[in-house]
Amino acid sequence: MNTAKAPSAYTEFHPRWYRKRVSTWWWLGSGPYLRFILRELSSIFVALSVAMTLAQLWALRFGADAYSRFQESMRSPWLMALGVLTLAFTVFHSITWFNLAPRALTVRIGGRRVPEIMIALPNFIGWAAVSALIAWLVVRG
Amino acid sequence: MPETVTLEVTRYSPERDAQPSLEKFEVPLRKDWVVLDALNHIKDKVDGSLTYRWSCRMGICGSCGMMVNGEPKLTCATFLSAYTRGKPIRIEPLRYFPVVRDLVVELSDFVTKLTQVMPWLVRKQEKAIAEGEYLQTPEGLESYRQYAMCINCTLCYAACPVYGLDPVFIGPAALALAQRYNMDSRDQGAEERMAHLAHPEGVWGCTFVGECTRVCPKHVDPAGAIQQYKIKAALDWFKSFVMPRGEQ
Amino acid sequence: MSKRSNDGFFWSLFSVGGVISAFLIPIHVFLFALALPLGWLPHGGYEHLLALVRTPVGRVYLFVLCSFSLFHWAHRFRFTLYDGLQIKHLNEAVFAACYGTALIGTVLAAYLVLTL
Repeated sequence: MNTAKAPSAYTEFHPRWYRKRVSTWWWLGSGPYLRFILRELSSIFVALSVAMTLAQLWALRFGADAYSRFQESMRSPWLMALGVLTLAFTVFHSITWFNLAPRALTVRIGGRRVPEIMIALPNFIGWAAVSALIAWLVVRG
Repeated sequence: MPETVTLEVTRYSPERDAQPSLEKFEVPLRKDWVVLDALNHIKDKVDGSLTYRWSCRMGICGSCGMMVNGEPKLTCATFLSAYTRGKPIRIEPLRYFPVVRDLVVELSDFVTKLTQVMPWLVRKQEKAIAEGEYLQTPEGLESYRQYAMCINCTLCYAACPVYGLDPVFIGPAALALAQRYNMDSRDQGAEERMAHLAHPEGVWGCTFVGECTRVCPKHVDPAGAIQQYKIKAALDWFKSFVMPRGEQ
Repeated sequence: MSKRSNDGFFWSLFSVGGVISAFLIPIHVFLFALALPLGWLPHGGYEHLLALVRTPVGRVYLFVLCSFSLFHWAHRFRFTLYDGLQIKHLNEAVFAACYGTALIGTVLAAYLVLTL
C-alpha cells in the first residue's frame, strides 16, 4: 500500500481532520449570538454615560454659565440621538442583567429552589423605585 | 407516491476531499421518523459509506449529536416533521470540533478536559467500610442533581462561541460536571478542582452567552453552573487575601 | 496547574459595576441627556444640583457610580474584543487599554467629587 508522501491529504492511520476556522462574523450567524453581542456592546454605552456624568460634574464645577453651556450642547441633534441610543442600550443592559442574575444567585428555601421570576421581579421593582427616587431628588427644589 | 424530504448531508472523506461538501438525498417523510431514522435509511438503502455515530436512539447515550439546520441537536430526538415541508434539511457534523469523516467529529479534546476536572468523588479522608455508607439527604441530592443529568453529548460545545473561537476553553459540560461533584456533600475535592476551574481557560473564559443551556437536551443549565462557580471562585480570591493559604 | 488567576478580582468589579449600572445609569441618561436639556421636567436649577453633589452622600454616590460602571465596561469590553475581533494574541495590550481607561476615569471621578 502506498503510504503518504506530501502533499497527500491522507496519511495511513492519521486521517486529515477538517477544521473550519470560525469567521470574524460568527456573531451574525444566529439571533441569540447577535443578541449576546449587542448585550456586550451595551457596556460601551454605560461607559459613555459615565463620560457624560463626568462632563456634567466638570461643568458644575465651573459655575452656572458653564453648566448652561453644557445643557445647551446636550441639545445638539447628534448628542440627542446619542442620548436616545444610550438610553436604549443601557435599559437593554438593565433588563438583560436582572433577567440573568437569578441564574447565578440561586436561592434555596427548605431545599427547593426559588423560581427565577421571584428573584428577577424584586430587582425590576427596585430598579423602578431607585430611578423614581433619583428623579425626585434631582427635580424637586 | 409517498412524500419525501431532501436531506443535505455533509460528506467528507480525507483520502479524497480537501474539504467537506453537501450531498443531497431524498428520504421518505414519515411522521414518526427522526433525523437518525433518515440517516439510517440512507445508509441502509442508498449509500452505505455514510458515516455517523449513534447508539441508544432514545436520547440518553449522547452519541448522535449533529448540526441540523445550523442548530446542535440529538438526531434521535429531532423529528423530520418538525421542519418546514418542502424545504431541505441540512445535516452537518457537530460544530467547533475537527471533522474526521462525514458526520463524525473528533471529541478527544472534550474527553481530556472532562478528565482534568476530576468528575468523580474525591475524598481527603476515605471512610472505612466498617463505618458504613456516605449518607446524603434528598435536599443534598437536589442541590446538584440537575448537573448530574449531563450525558456528555457535547451539544453545548457546538453552541458555545467561546469554545469555537478558542478551543483551550474548558467548556460548558466539563464545568457543569465539575460543579456536580463540587456540590455533592460526599465530595471533598473542591479545592483540588479549583486550579483548573478558577483559571482563564476555566470559568473566567465564559462570557455567559447562555447558548449552552438553550441547546442542552437534558436541561442541565451549564451556564448557570458556571456563573454560580464564578461567584464562589471570586469569593475565594478575596478570601485568599484575608487568609493567605500556605503552599500545598 | 496554574497560579491563582486574578480574573476573580476583575470579574467581581465587573459584577458589582453591572449591578450598579443596571440600577442607576438609565435614569441618569434619561434625566441628564434627554429630560432636563429638553425641559420635559421642572429643573431644580444649577444651585440645587450643585448642593446635591456637594453632600458627602452625593460625592460618594457619584464616585461609586462612575468608577464601578467603568470597570464593568472595561471587563466586558476586554472579552468582547477577544471574542468579537479574535485578538486574543494582543491580550496584554487589550488588558492595559481597558482597565487603564477605567482607572483614568476613576481618578478623574475622584478628583471631581473631591474638588466640587
